[in-house]
Amino acid sequence: MNTMSTNIQSGIDYASISRKNRSWDIIFASLGIVVLFIAISTLLALFLDLAIRGAPQWTNPDFYTSFPSRKPLEAGILSAWVGTIMVMLVTAIVAVPLGVAAGLYMEEYADKNWFTDVIEINVSNLAGVPSIVYGLLALGLFVQTFGMGETVLVAGLVLALMILPIVIVSTRESIRAIPIELREAAYGLGANQWQTMAMYMLPAAKPGIITGAIVGLSRAIGETAPIITIGALSYIAFLPPSPIGGDFPFISFEWLNSGFTVMPIQMFGWVSRPQADFQITAAAAGAVLIVMTLAMNGLAIYIRYRARKS
Amino acid sequence: MSTDQTSTIQISQSAHQGGQAGKPSETREHWYLEPDGALRARVSNLKFWYADGTQAIDDVSMPLVDKKVTALIGPSGCGKSTFLRCFNRMHDLYQGVKYSGSINLLPEDENLIDLDANIVRMRVGMVFQKPNPFPKSIYENVIAGLKIRGIRKREVLDEIVETSLRQAALWDEVKDRLHQPALSMSGGQQQRLCIARALAVKPEILLLDEPTSALDPIATAKVEDLINELSGNVTVLIVTHNMQQAARISNYTAYMYLGKLIEYNDTNDLFQRPKCQRTEDYITGRFG
Repeated sequence: MNTMSTNIQSGIDYASISRKNRSWDIIFASLGIVVLFIAISTLLALFLDLAIRGAPQWTNPDFYTSFPSRKPLEAGILSAWVGTIMVMLVTAIVAVPLGVAAGLYMEEYADKNWFTDVIEINVSNLAGVPSIVYGLLALGLFVQTFGMGETVLVAGLVLALMILPIVIVSTRESIRAIPIELREAAYGLGANQWQTMAMYMLPAAKPGIITGAIVGLSRAIGETAPIITIGALSYIAFLPPSPIGGDFPFISFEWLNSGFTVMPIQMFGWVSRPQADFQITAAAAGAVLIVMTLAMNGLAIYIRYRARKS
Repeated sequence: MSTDQTSTIQISQSAHQGGQAGKPSETREHWYLEPDGALRARVSNLKFWYADGTQAIDDVSMPLVDKKVTALIGPSGCGKSTFLRCFNRMHDLYQGVKYSGSINLLPEDENLIDLDANIVRMRVGMVFQKPNPFPKSIYENVIAGLKIRGIRKREVLDEIVETSLRQAALWDEVKDRLHQPALSMSGGQQQRLCIARALAVKPEILLLDEPTSALDPIATAKVEDLINELSGNVTVLIVTHNMQQAARISNYTAYMYLGKLIEYNDTNDLFQRPKCQRTEDYITGRFG
């Protein structure tokens, strides 16, 4: 056996080298499992804690169809989840086209010089600006200077500003990851720059762009600080006007200028109440918010998986 | 370098007229044949620099015979691919490159270097070293160039798809699965699809950049047959690192070394009676 695993010419014992390498693999793999277990069990413990404590509330269908109330166990999250969806809608509509266009421009159209370098560094830095600063910006600019008030539109805009760098960076990275052969194939056929972008580059970058956008949106969905800063209320006992229906042309933009609340604000409001029962309601809202975030991340993973398969 | 251009042409003409075959002269640095047939383009004193300032093409002049296959051979790094990519201005996709000299298209006498790069690429097709079909269906790949040119009539597209795939000797293999993804095909099929895609728009010149280097011998033979078929219909310029391939498929061959054109000759003459010592060293395997 020993002669089999020892190189006859050099006399090196391959078996012992292989054994040593394997022991490193085992050490590294066990370390990785421990770290992974700590991370996942923390998240799981947090979620289970919220879910168990909030169980009397989130298992009750009325919780999703009631407005907040002074009585803890009658309070619901209707205005909060509707508000969250509306704000996310504004955020997505503003941030995704702007971010994709900016990323595409910076990656494909802009000349590479010191000016674009400065812009590039700034975009990366914007991703690290604390969200409360975005809130202050929105308070000063949208709410006070433009007098837009504490509305769905303002909340959507500030969250859009906040996730714009994420969308830009992920767009650039997914465009950069496209093999050079695809680009040269398109240009080589006589496509101009716009045709190359619209017909070949953007479709190839789409899974990456969508993933980046969803990751950005799932960060925005749980964001509290900028929304509090612009002055959102936690007690909203009405829904913003419906965007569809009513009179001709059956589409209304009134909802953009409506007051609102979102899930994290609603939860924050309940947590700061003295009554013990409000903690149950807050825990239930927290569990629902985590599920919403996980669902969005799950969607991103699914899109990436489908793109990889095809 | 550029000053002795006319003199070398004169040498080549006198050599051609005199029919001096046989032993290459030790002192002959360059030799250019002046071919008999009609020309599709004439390259004059072409120089090319990459963005970092490296000069990859140094004063190359050569004719490109109409509807014939011209092969570019030479050791790695000699600039043959760079030279090929000047013909469809592919270098323009990268910032900071510089050309000087001209590639005159004939008979219209337009310098390809001065034309709009996008228009040049509409007229000059290219097939790359690695098969690069789009991640779409076979059908969509063949019509890609037509869609770019705004051709959308279904009957026209259907007809061109069939003729192009037949030209590329691929029709019988794929006619029943035109709408399946191109990436599900084998490498050799993908490369023939890329050739069909380039032929679908009827290019005035077809550039092939080592089109068989990623293929197995059987697929290579198929692509070579296809290039032989194209001779007589399309002007083809092909880069190859395989000298046997150049000998098999081309009518004219140019040997490049260190960015310079050493010898341009009829393929048979270049391989059997090279005029320059350096060509002989290369084709006999003493060098490169």
